[in-house]
Amino acid sequence: MNPTMVALTIISIIVATGSFIGLYAGTRRKMDLEQWIVGDRGFGMLLVWLLTAGEIYTTFTFLGASGWAYSKGGPVLYILAYQPLTNVVAFFVLPQVWEVARKYRLQTQADFFQVRYNNKYLSAFVALVGIVFIIPYLQLQLTGLGMIVEVASYGAIHRTPAMIVAFMIVAAFVLTSGIRGVAWVSVLKDLLLLFAAVFIGLAIPYIYFGGIGKMFAELVRVRPTHLVMPGATANLGHSWYISTVLLVAVGFYMWPQFFGASFSAKSSDTLRRNAVVMSFYSITVPLMFFVGLAATLILPGLPNGDLSMLTLVRKTFPAWFLGLIGGAGALTAMVPAGVMILTAATLFAKNMCRTILFPQMTDEQVGRLAKISVLVITIAALCSAIYSSTTLVSLLLVGYGGVGQFFPGVILGLYSKRVSTRGIFAGIVTGVLIFIPLMVTKHDPVLGLNAGFIALCCNLIVVAAVSYFKPAEAGGFHEPLHASIGS
Amino acid sequence: MRKPSIGAILFASIPFLAICFSVSLWDRIDPMILGLPFNFFWLISWLLLTPLCMWGAYRCETARISGRGSPRP
Repeated sequence: MNPTMVALTIISIIVATGSFIGLYAGTRRKMDLEQWIVGDRGFGMLLVWLLTAGEIYTTFTFLGASGWAYSKGGPVLYILAYQPLTNVVAFFVLPQVWEVARKYRLQTQADFFQVRYNNKYLSAFVALVGIVFIIPYLQLQLTGLGMIVEVASYGAIHRTPAMIVAFMIVAAFVLTSGIRGVAWVSVLKDLLLLFAAVFIGLAIPYIYFGGIGKMFAELVRVRPTHLVMPGATANLGHSWYISTVLLVAVGFYMWPQFFGASFSAKSSDTLRRNAVVMSFYSITVPLMFFVGLAATLILPGLPNGDLSMLTLVRKTFPAWFLGLIGGAGALTAMVPAGVMILTAATLFAKNMCRTILFPQMTDEQVGRLAKISVLVITIAALCSAIYSSTTLVSLLLVGYGGVGQFFPGVILGLYSKRVSTRGIFAGIVTGVLIFIPLMVTKHDPVLGLNAGFIALCCNLIVVAAVSYFKPAEAGGFHEPLHASIGS
Repeated sequence: MRKPSIGAILFASIPFLAICFSVSLWDRIDPMILGLPFNFFWLISWLLLTPLCMWGAYRCETARISGRGSPRP
């Protein structure tokens, strides 16, 4: 067999195994909306850990971490910094949100805003902003998957057919098994990714330099400025680092899909313990940095830094190993994409269509509409990935600036009785209206600070001012609620 | 929702200080430890130290919950 066939066979076996697990996971259960989107709130510690890890380690971590280490150098450390800090924030947010979610049978992030603030327009707006920022994230997964499969198959599979096949599979297991399917595919994905990251991260410095220490010694000799901030960039210095790490640390679990996935846990204590141990998983991230840094010495001058890891692996290892990386990479795109599609579809059906347009819809009808939306969203993301260039990747990198605007609504919603619905609504609108123009006109970073962070600060000021001058008459979760949530 | 305990907040603020705000103190190459530049070594060690701090925060929270004799409302 020639190398292309070997790599292709391995990629296909891995993707097929993953698909089988995903489809099988939901076969013996009745898939109503509750089972589909929150897995009947029955996931134990291990499954929650796998689901969280499965969602966090997207193709951005896989390709982006090595890519940034290659092309930007020191600023890549922000990835290593925000990951443990998101878990610190999660410790104070997710278990509390879970308690609310169980009590009021919440299924989405927008449901949370509905019961806390009791305003259907706010809830629908949160759903809309969530979907708007999920689509480019989804497109990034698609583009990443296409790149991985194309390189790993030695160019035999073009990225477009790879994206179409993979996303049809994702839609299939999302439709049949919901969140449970996604969690079980994560098992295979996490095992492969862990093995691949540890192996490549240790082997590449060893093969080319005789060890990680020797590789760094060489880097210090040749390009010492690459290892500290701002690295190879002009404006990603320490103030950028602090503002970005803060924004991403608080914004991370504000992604509707991460926020909502926590509802599937069995208890709030599961989430609390998960937040304690989750940081250990990030140990794979520095290994990806090592590969990217090794590539700056071995393969200088690549046009696309995101391909540095794959190119180096293809140059170094035999075909079967490249196939393994390709398969792991494909699953790394498919698992988070599954949760994103599921979340966006439910937000659309439940929190936009039902809340605003058709309040008389039953839960069954919402479930059916959500499943139709799965196909629509998958096809929309596919079209935009096939027909648009990669400029949207830069849109994602600052996507946190969008969803981060939910943070005041969540944290103050949990811990403050004084914050008012009007204040939160005005705050989110302000944040998004400041952030989007800055992002579109490429003013990020601005004044040395992350644009999303500036938008979040303005958001908080507006929330505080409006809540101070027009205080909430009654707040918190203890007031009688006449929300339209559940039945 | 009940506010978290002071102990838990203190434990949680340690990683923020060490990883985020103090960046200008540790973002340098020397001294190299275990073959890693100091900034890489520092952040990697906080991947292991953050769970330790959060375990402390967890103990503070659970002690308070069990101390009340009933689970959280």
